[in-house]
Amino acid sequence: MELLDRSIVEVQAALARGEVSARELAEATLARCADPAHAGVHLDHDPARTLAMAAAVDDKRARGEPLGPLAGVPIGLKDVLVTRDARTTCGSRILEGYRPPYDATAVARLRAADAVFTGKLNMDEFAMGSSNENSAYGPVKNPWDPSRVPGGSSGGSAAAVAAGLTLGTLGTDTGGSIRQPAALCGVVGVKPTYGRVSRFGLVAFASSLDQIGTFARDVRGAARLLEVVAGHDPRDSTSVVQPVPDWVSACGKDVKGLRLGVPREYLGEGLEPEVRASIEQALELLRGLGCSVVPIDMPHTRYGVSTYYVIATAECSSNLARFDGVRYGLRVAGKDLRAMYGATRDAGFGPEVKRRILLGTYVLSAGYYDAYYAKAMKVRTLIRRDFDRAFEQVDAIVGPTSPSVAWPFGQKTADPLQMYLADLFTLPASLAGLPGISVPAAKGAESGLPVGLQIVTPAFDEARMFTLAHAFEQVSPGRWDRAWPRA
Amino acid sequence: MTAPTAWEPIIGLEVHAQLLTRTKIFCGCATSFGAEPNTHVCPVCLGLPGALPVLNRSAAEMAVRTALALGCTVRARSVFARKSYFYPDLPKGYQISQFDLPFSEHGHLDIEPEGGEPRRVGITRIHLEEDAGKNLHGVAEVPGQSVIDLNRAGTPLVEIVGEPDLRGPEDAVAYLKKLRSILVALGVNDGNLEEGSFRCDVNVSVRRRGTEAFGTRVEIKNINSFRHVQRGLAYEIARLTDLAERGETFRQHTRQWDDERGRTVFLREKEGSDDYRYFPDPDLPALVLDEAFVAAQRAQLPELPDARRHRLTSVLGLPTYDADLLTSHPRIGDFFEEILRSRPGDGAFAKRAANFVMTEVLAGTTTHGLEVSFPITSSQLVELLGLVEAGTISGKQAKDVYAAVQGTDRSPKSWVESQGMAQVSDASALETICQGLIDQNPKQASAYRAGKTNMLGFFVGGVMRETKGSANPVVVNEILLRLLA
Repeated sequence: MELLDRSIVEVQAALARGEVSARELAEATLARCADPAHAGVHLDHDPARTLAMAAAVDDKRARGEPLGPLAGVPIGLKDVLVTRDARTTCGSRILEGYRPPYDATAVARLRAADAVFTGKLNMDEFAMGSSNENSAYGPVKNPWDPSRVPGGSSGGSAAAVAAGLTLGTLGTDTGGSIRQPAALCGVVGVKPTYGRVSRFGLVAFASSLDQIGTFARDVRGAARLLEVVAGHDPRDSTSVVQPVPDWVSACGKDVKGLRLGVPREYLGEGLEPEVRASIEQALELLRGLGCSVVPIDMPHTRYGVSTYYVIATAECSSNLARFDGVRYGLRVAGKDLRAMYGATRDAGFGPEVKRRILLGTYVLSAGYYDAYYAKAMKVRTLIRRDFDRAFEQVDAIVGPTSPSVAWPFGQKTADPLQMYLADLFTLPASLAGLPGISVPAAKGAESGLPVGLQIVTPAFDEARMFTLAHAFEQVSPGRWDRAWPRA
Repeated sequence: MTAPTAWEPIIGLEVHAQLLTRTKIFCGCATSFGAEPNTHVCPVCLGLPGALPVLNRSAAEMAVRTALALGCTVRARSVFARKSYFYPDLPKGYQISQFDLPFSEHGHLDIEPEGGEPRRVGITRIHLEEDAGKNLHGVAEVPGQSVIDLNRAGTPLVEIVGEPDLRGPEDAVAYLKKLRSILVALGVNDGNLEEGSFRCDVNVSVRRRGTEAFGTRVEIKNINSFRHVQRGLAYEIARLTDLAERGETFRQHTRQWDDERGRTVFLREKEGSDDYRYFPDPDLPALVLDEAFVAAQRAQLPELPDARRHRLTSVLGLPTYDADLLTSHPRIGDFFEEILRSRPGDGAFAKRAANFVMTEVLAGTTTHGLEVSFPITSSQLVELLGLVEAGTISGKQAKDVYAAVQGTDRSPKSWVESQGMAQVSDASALETICQGLIDQNPKQASAYRAGKTNMLGFFVGGVMRETKGSANPVVVNEILLRLLA
């Protein structure tokens, strides 16, 4: 197996032993990226920069200088993270060609860790979408089946890892935007606890929900990448002061005796049969590892979608107000100031972004605030309590990540509600701010497409999440090297 | 005061005061006035994608001191909210402010309006927020275009919302002057109306005397001096009274004071669309001001102008006029008190020192905001007044010495010595001079003794001439009276 198809943890070791140079790895990723099948994955792809970063790491190693924990490891970045040496568009026309003057904290930490950047990855515009069809720069194809969506909004981040274009990627998850595309592309995707990773430099969609997380082929790789970017940042007031444990070491610990809760609500209507079958098989495997699996009730699950779409749109209507044509990005002239604002935002934003700005503006308006936003915040508390109560009985909550496998392009674009329901199982943990991971569970019996198992643990207990995910990964028929058609 | 009409004006003021923090409220950029445009900016105050606010602790400290000095309660947990509107000087499309949970409420201010009775007026609330940038028009380099300077964006502000307790222009002026003197004494604001670090919006309406309900109000903008407040309100009250007399109604709106033409002009309707869509800012946790924090700020409160004035008048016996003048600026008060410390509790000295400061020193003193520049240091002045108190020099000589040392680092004492100015009080030395004069002018001495008492002046003048004015006139008088008896 080529190095690019191995775990970050193994590649790190190979680099450290000098079995491969950063430059060789970089060249390997560039060779794969050159394949036209992967067009659309990147929004900014600069081979010269990637090679220069790799050469710098090799030079440092040759001079015997101390190297960071990801020295020479190729890493891709979702285009919602600002980077001082590459365009950042968030998949939007309104930021076409925009070059930020600074690095996001997560990006700066990867730089400090001597990672090699392989490019900025395509996404739904401003992270709003579940299929990557909302990018202003065209869709991303699912590497398992190019006629299907990769999921979203971090579609490029998931597809890049699945296709082996890079070893790991950063994505962002607001309502499932890491876990869902990870499931649909058959890779591991982690959304840590809200506050774990600094949001400084993450272009905000919904500030109280947005969280940076990681994609990798395997659980240990995703854990290693997260270790590097997590940790308190004084520039983000919502970032928490919590030590970052050694999550890679948490992988491999025993899971015998762990109590796992499966919300009855997650196995109800709307679940595709092959997803249900794959999840039931996964639960059986977990029992085989010595875990107990018990049904639990999460009665407010059914309010997740409506609650989320009130809160997230309210915040987005405010967060996206800064794209006004005045200081940066697109400006379309108008006869006066108001006309310029209108023309700029009309030309710059796509239909889904406009829909959410309108919805969010509406729910925050005088006279409607209490009925929508204030009420949604109350329901959010109830959803959080569902989890609090559940974690009194169980150590982790498991279930399907997505109700369906990857669907064909265009299937849900006409009906926003159908699209929103794709996030039904990921939204509750987002609203509660809890850590969640999607691990490949199987190839669907009917479609042969990946199905993901979601594991949610209490706040700041990513260690248990990684332990359980890693143990399951070892027995999962969906594990990368067992399931990937070209493996 | 204008004669009361059947209509009573109701005035409420909203004051925006910039806090004198070193850096902005949500980023590390320096706060500055008059710097090159867009030089004190960063991703946060430019509202660049991805940037996040972090509250400046000293803004919260100054805000709490302001609240405490105005008798407000401090909320243990207050919330920052986003106030949304589009304007080019507002980089994020929303202002971070406070809405339904401000950090402070229920205060008051004691005012003494000119020609009126002292009284207490209410302060509804104080909240903390960020300032916007400035749109500039008519800049020479870019003719015909509007440009934006974002240096000011993110400067911390407290908005102090007053109750509609004011009943005339004099009340409004007294309120603003008093509020400004407190903020300046606290060191949290430089009180500069012209440069916009202390700004006020005026809300005014009229109602028939004896009735309860308020009339439709107008807001007056562009009030940037106390004179504008006085004139603008007088004009607007007369205008509103006239409309009321004629039974004319109008919609709530905003007007602008045109000082040149001496009138207010219509600016814009208060639209129904004035919907700022406030909601809690998800980027900022609640502002927690616990008891320890508030107590620490309370402990740092300086003596406020009222208390200082009271101490000067009732403890040291200074006239109200003197006390007002000497506490008109906190630095002038501090300066005066440094002088007083050289003779603590000495009311007579305090009055002499006050006279000297008011007649000599203040004439050459300049103030700019919180900064005051004195023509003489307090230690020089202590030394100078000490020479007078010791009888070394006369009060008249003190003015000459002051003139010689002001603006220099000369020591008054050394100066007096080097100029041989020391006043001669040595009785035996003066007696020799006096006796000599009497001996040389027997005619005049006889005339005096014969009852021509005004001849005493001749001898005093002679002694003064001989001592080049340095003789202590009291001692000279005493000696001459004895020798001529």
